[in-house]
Amino acid sequence: MENEAGALSRVAGLFSARGYNIESLTVAPTEDPSLSRMTLVTRGTDEIIEQITKQLHKLIDVVKLMDMTEGPHIEREMMLVKVRAEGDDRHELKRISDIFRGRIIDVTEETYTVEMTGASDKLDAFLQVIDQGLIVEVVRSGVSGIGRGDRSLKL
Amino acid sequence: MELTGADIFVHALQDEGVEHLFGYPGGAVLHIYDALYAQDKVQHILVRHEQAATHAADGYARSTGKPGVVIVTSGPGATNAVTGIATAFMDSIPMVVFTGQVPTHLIGNDAFQEADNIGITRPCVKHNFLVKDVRDLAETIKKAFYVATTGRPGPVVVDIPKDITAQKTEYRYPRKVTMRSYNPVHVGHTGQIKRAVRMMQQAQRPILYTGGGAIIDNAAGSLTELARLLNFPVTNTLMGLGAYPATDPQFVGMLGMHGTYEANMAMHHCDVLIAVGARFDDRVTGNIEKFCPHAKIIHIDIDPASISKNVKVDIPIVGGVDNVLKAMLNVLRSSKAETDAGALQAWWQQIGEWRAKDCLNYDHDSDTIKPQAVVEALYRVTKGDAFVTSDVGQHQMWAAQFYKFDKPRRWINSGGLGTMGFGLPAAMGVQFAHPDATVACITGEGSIQMCIQELSTCLQYHLPIKVVNLNNGVLGMVRQWQEFFYQKRYAMSYMESLPDFVKLAESYGHVGMQITRPADVEGALVEAMQLKDRLVFMDFLTDRDENVYPMIPAGGGQNEMILI
Repeated sequence: MENEAGALSRVAGLFSARGYNIESLTVAPTEDPSLSRMTLVTRGTDEIIEQITKQLHKLIDVVKLMDMTEGPHIEREMMLVKVRAEGDDRHELKRISDIFRGRIIDVTEETYTVEMTGASDKLDAFLQVIDQGLIVEVVRSGVSGIGRGDRSLKL
Repeated sequence: MELTGADIFVHALQDEGVEHLFGYPGGAVLHIYDALYAQDKVQHILVRHEQAATHAADGYARSTGKPGVVIVTSGPGATNAVTGIATAFMDSIPMVVFTGQVPTHLIGNDAFQEADNIGITRPCVKHNFLVKDVRDLAETIKKAFYVATTGRPGPVVVDIPKDITAQKTEYRYPRKVTMRSYNPVHVGHTGQIKRAVRMMQQAQRPILYTGGGAIIDNAAGSLTELARLLNFPVTNTLMGLGAYPATDPQFVGMLGMHGTYEANMAMHHCDVLIAVGARFDDRVTGNIEKFCPHAKIIHIDIDPASISKNVKVDIPIVGGVDNVLKAMLNVLRSSKAETDAGALQAWWQQIGEWRAKDCLNYDHDSDTIKPQAVVEALYRVTKGDAFVTSDVGQHQMWAAQFYKFDKPRRWINSGGLGTMGFGLPAAMGVQFAHPDATVACITGEGSIQMCIQELSTCLQYHLPIKVVNLNNGVLGMVRQWQEFFYQKRYAMSYMESLPDFVKLAESYGHVGMQITRPADVEGALVEAMQLKDRLVFMDFLTDRDENVYPMIPAGGGQNEMILI
């Protein structure tokens, strides 16, 4: 979409005005500074998704739109988790985060901060596997998506 | 030469061909008003409330097809305009609204008369722009007109901070603009058009259901040609009245909640439904589960998002209505196949039986004035050739049912948003666009009071509008629903302390009349029409208990009408 002030609120406003649900939304400028790229995750029947697609197309700030789920694609989400890491927990948390290919990016005597990237369900799994009482804070980026192979969203 | 933003604004309107600018001054737009003062190409019309500026521009646009143009100041000026902007948005009316804004450095500061105009209008505009640099002003104005008038038209707001109107830059008005993210489709898909024509030729019980899109796209001619060539019945939505001549035998009347029995029954029983520039609004479909149960549906619309939004269609055709209908005519003329004359004859016979119910009949011998009789008399006295605006409520439905519009752009009403207060200011816009035409505003004592202050504007500009006030002393449509569905608990649907409308009209410098007897209705209208250069306010005291029939109750199907 156009990298203009207000473009994001047009999309968000459309979803709230028409009663559609936004599960996650990420947006950032692209290599072309006049454009931003937004990845939005929503749910609905085929009819609702068709309406959402058409209504988004209608927004004048939306330049091009692609339903990722219509073809092979990759979804990734980044998560930062701060956990209480003391005594025996330090080893256990390091081990689990290695299994999930997470990286510990900040360490104090009491805490670890783990960075992890993957499909959303993998991040969910990590959060389920560690002791819930140890979780201090979770930050998730929302999903970014890209088509597989030659499939691309470009002007 | 460098011009100030205010001068650029005025030059841009002139270069855009704008002749009428409806507005109201205020602090944030004073530079612009100063620039307007120095020229006489663009006529500024001073209304009495910003809502009226938008409705007047809207009436102007509906009656001409040209965009209506509005200027209001920041804060309350802009918020007052919102109702009119939303009204135009719901009915896809081209309009460009310029709102003043506090100076750039004060935006977000809760400054005096500051409102987030972009945020407030976002859900009810086709698009809006905030001008942050005077060098963008001319191009933004061009884009605003381009977006407002192309594709599915709609209102566009341009918010201009006060400092931008004082800064200077070179003026150049672009002849054309392109926007990479905005490319409306005008030409329908040839394959889909051929499929649709084949389906129409095979139809046993077809009907053309046409809406405001046919009027907006100036498709009345091609629609009429197509309908006559095929011998198909035509029904119009409230917004589509006039797209097909109402006095033509193939016209079965308006459809929907207060449509005719024959139109709604034909919809319910049809096997092929051709929707032309209509959007399957809930007031048309009734209960969507029961809508056109036997029909294959062809839908022509310029807005892809209107297709299969409420009702799943079989053959969607995205494109300008007029283009698509003309393409259909070409395919039909070169086709060897023919329509099924026998089936159509049986279908017309069936429609004739429904018509014989005479669903719009009412008591013609009543001692009190029947509102329907007033509309019928207006139709006779104006020879069916007036521009008729209306407000919202029972009187609007009677106007739609009883004034037979043979031409497009003659029936001016707020269909989608249903805005009371629309009628009088809209009539002003129509009268500015057509100074010599008869413009009647059919209204009620509730609606007219929502923009009554515009009687003052009418005096200032000598607008000889004929106000037909169907005064039954109650908020009729609300009361009708309370009578039917709330066991006659008439909560707040009465009006006490109504003004003396005759004196009121006179105090505004107009002619006032009160009509109380059925026998005087036609004479009063004749007398009013003879006062060619005066606004005449006719206060008809009508039957309080009259209701709008027929009616599809909420949740009902089109075959479940309440008749009289």
